[in-house]
Amino acid sequence: MEITNQEFKHCDLIAVKGRVDSATAPQFAKALETANNSSRFKIVLDMNELEYMSSAGFRALLAAQRNCKRYNRGEVVLARVPVRIREALELAGFTELFKMFDDPVTAVGHF
Amino acid sequence: MPAYTFPASFDYLDEIRELVAETARAGGFSEKAIYSLQLAADEAASNIIEHAYEGISNASIYLTCDINGEEIVITMLDKGTPFDFSAVKEPNLTSDLSERQIGGLGVYLMRKLMDKVNYETTRAGNLLTMTKRRV
Repeated sequence: MEITNQEFKHCDLIAVKGRVDSATAPQFAKALETANNSSRFKIVLDMNELEYMSSAGFRALLAAQRNCKRYNRGEVVLARVPVRIREALELAGFTELFKMFDDPVTAVGHF
Repeated sequence: MPAYTFPASFDYLDEIRELVAETARAGGFSEKAIYSLQLAADEAASNIIEHAYEGISNASIYLTCDINGEEIVITMLDKGTPFDFSAVKEPNLTSDLSERQIGGLGVYLMRKLMDKVNYETTRAGNLLTMTKRRV
């Protein structure tokens, strides 16, 4: 798994690549927490090169969404979610908790 | 039925998913089904490492993964703490963000992704059997 973070004026664009499972989810969660700790609560998560995510990753997503939405200070939105991962998120009932965008530019423009 | 032994560590989840994918691919399962099988196996192994072997090091997961006619059969045996599988409630997937529970999601996904999930505690250990038909 690899994470890159690009700071824009109104939001952070975090790209997560590779596989998020129980082994790598702590690192993924930490990247989201690091943004929050710098008072960055508007986050676009670009999943274009994400190959796999288990419920350990979903747990990190949920924690981040809770923290970002607190006091209406922001939210996490998802961009370019691969079809298999979208299906798993749907099964877990997560699709209604996250806005999804087909391209990161629109997602960044959302903020 | 070859049996594979994996150290009960998250670092081996990649290999477990790879083994399941190879077997399923050879058995003619679709890419969508292969992803489902990998996810179910990952959730099962993660649960064993996290719960059955909580606080135990040097433990192992004994895994079989075979094509049996139209079905793929994945078994995982652990020698850790038995787990009350039937007591895992379905998570409330309609509750809003603040009430959303994350516990039980792994088991819920396993049940949804597979056709059959059976868990029993035997003399050899806790045996999880998951099957899915090729469609």
